[in-house]
Amino acid sequence: MKSSRSYPYWFILPGGLVYLVLFLVPTVAAFWFSLTHWDLFETRFIGLDNYYQFLREPFLITGVVNTVIFGVLTSIAKSVLGLLLAVLLTSGLLGQSFLRTLIFFPVLVSTIGVGIAFAEIMHPARGMLNIGLSYFGIQGPAWLIDPNLALFSVALVDIWKGVGLATLIYIAGLATISSDYYEAARIDGATKLQMFFRITVPLVRPATVTVVTLSLIGGLRSFDIIWAMTKGGPGFSSDVLASVIYKQYQAGFYGLSTAGNIILFALVAFIVIPLTYWFNRREVDL
Amino acid sequence: MKNKANKLIISAFVVLGASVSNATELSILVDNSPDTVALTQALTSAYSKLNPDVTFEIELRPGGGEGDNIVKTRLATGEMTDVFLYNSGSLLQALRPSRTLEPINDIANYSNILSSFTSTVSDAEGNVYAVPIQTAMGGGIFYNKRVYAELGLKVPKTWQEFMANCAIIAEKSKAAPIAQTYRDTWTSQLLVLSDFFNVQAENPSFATDYTNNKAKFATTPAALRGFEKLQQVSEAGYFNDYYGAATYNDGLNMVATGKAVHYPMLTFAIPSIKLNTPDYIEDVGFFAQPGDDADKNGLTVWMPAGYYIPKESDQKEEAKAFLNYIATVDACDVITKAIGANGPYLIKGCTLPDNVYPAVKDMLPYFQEEGRTAPALEFLSPIKGPMLEQLTVEVGSGIRNAQSAAELYDQDVAKQARQLNLPNW
Repeated sequence: MKSSRSYPYWFILPGGLVYLVLFLVPTVAAFWFSLTHWDLFETRFIGLDNYYQFLREPFLITGVVNTVIFGVLTSIAKSVLGLLLAVLLTSGLLGQSFLRTLIFFPVLVSTIGVGIAFAEIMHPARGMLNIGLSYFGIQGPAWLIDPNLALFSVALVDIWKGVGLATLIYIAGLATISSDYYEAARIDGATKLQMFFRITVPLVRPATVTVVTLSLIGGLRSFDIIWAMTKGGPGFSSDVLASVIYKQYQAGFYGLSTAGNIILFALVAFIVIPLTYWFNRREVDL
Repeated sequence: MKNKANKLIISAFVVLGASVSNATELSILVDNSPDTVALTQALTSAYSKLNPDVTFEIELRPGGGEGDNIVKTRLATGEMTDVFLYNSGSLLQALRPSRTLEPINDIANYSNILSSFTSTVSDAEGNVYAVPIQTAMGGGIFYNKRVYAELGLKVPKTWQEFMANCAIIAEKSKAAPIAQTYRDTWTSQLLVLSDFFNVQAENPSFATDYTNNKAKFATTPAALRGFEKLQQVSEAGYFNDYYGAATYNDGLNMVATGKAVHYPMLTFAIPSIKLNTPDYIEDVGFFAQPGDDADKNGLTVWMPAGYYIPKESDQKEEAKAFLNYIATVDACDVITKAIGANGPYLIKGCTLPDNVYPAVKDMLPYFQEEGRTAPALEFLSPIKGPMLEQLTVEVGSGIRNAQSAAELYDQDVAKQARQLNLPNW
């Protein structure tokens, strides 16, 4: 034993270099470019003008509100449904492992593919969904065309696609709960419902923290599914921050869209950091 | 099969190129629409036949905003192909042509290119950067000739007559008077953009004043009319069912088969109609978007895309020789053979065959009479706001009124003007 360390520091060099070049440098560069007038060919320093312009965007408020609605809604739905499905799928149901695979399957499919397929499935006249509903005598709504409904339709698909991952995390979480608790509760005469709320929900908290945090971060910066299904439309009614930024990038407002990205970064950090802190503190209290 | 054979030949040449000194391979980047691909294949193989030592490698990119970004990124990083296809007019200005592109004023056939085109692909110093590969286009309204004949309707010369026709169609037939297709948001802009002949007729200095930050859409009645027309037809309920989910191809099919009677669109759609519904192409006619005065009736004209050469290319002379060939009557004939003739060519001496489709025939008279065409605004001014298509979707869907959309569009335009570093903004 020559040294107390198992490995020399320069072992981190390859990984560190990749991290530096592909992550740290672009991040710092983004801060710089957000302060410039940039057309890809040349940059001119303009101070905070991009931020000023971005915050005056006419549809920024719609975008921010939609981002928060989308993030909160999908994250709550994924954790509630995920937990329920996990409980169901660990209860010794017939064909349990097949069903687990089935629930997880959408997670593996490309988001863009899902978006394009569902845009067709949700077509008001020739879409599978409304044709199916019409067999039950229900006149399905214009899912993606109705400006009041478009965002929620996309959220629905996002939940369908993401619930498998939440379920998987919850199944792992449930496996860590010792069966002693349930046995003791049964002897004390607790009902199934009581066991669920008094034992499962509190003890599965670490999984809940993971699911809520991951899906909230994912929801707040989600872009691909919205772009594939509605492109933020009709008009601006399902625009989220990420799609507002993307449209500016597409229009060639490179400095402005970079400023938008910094603002999105700040918003996600602003929501997620206190939330994680709160979750962790509660965990210590427990 | 033929494609495969071509590729084999091309790769054989590439292998040979290493040893044969005078062989040239030009790379060329075009968008992936079937027309441009067919066109580029026809032009490059015709050129290779004349110049056996020159071969081509065709690369494809998406169209629209994504394609713009690919072109800009490749130019900025010096990774552009030797020749590339891009729009004329306002989109070109965002490429910073004087910095990134090679002027082609010195090619031998330069004087063959009509000035109506060169003026839309040049910079302030008079450098011209592109050779057109297609014909001039009109923006207006496709209509179904069969339904028009059945209902005894006449091609409208004023907006009032157009609305009267729509009212008759709504009353007497099952067809939708107007097709709108907002799944492809860009198609929603046509009623505003194609109205520019009428704006120009009433307000000749609008384009200049608009570029100089003196005229606005919201406060110029003639310019606001385009938005108002869209609001009017939307409120009248003249659109097809579920127009929010319909696509561009749905629109073309509807107007060709008579499920809808009008479809506001650019005439570049004619080859697609032929491709989608070959049996109905003879039923499709075309007229300019009417204004309020029958005496001032004319067509808003779009210039086609062209081939450009980046400054960074190390085969500029070879690329210029190819562009020189594109500016000939022979090349026009190759184009006509490949995708048909869809409007007047912008190369001197090029002619159209006699058997053009009715929609093309309907368009030609506007070009033949003096003062019946005007370029679309994006060819007179470098500024086009990127948000227009969302705003027109809102107006057409009844989410927003014309006045409010025009005001928001003016803000959007201001943003674009500042991005372009224009004076007075």
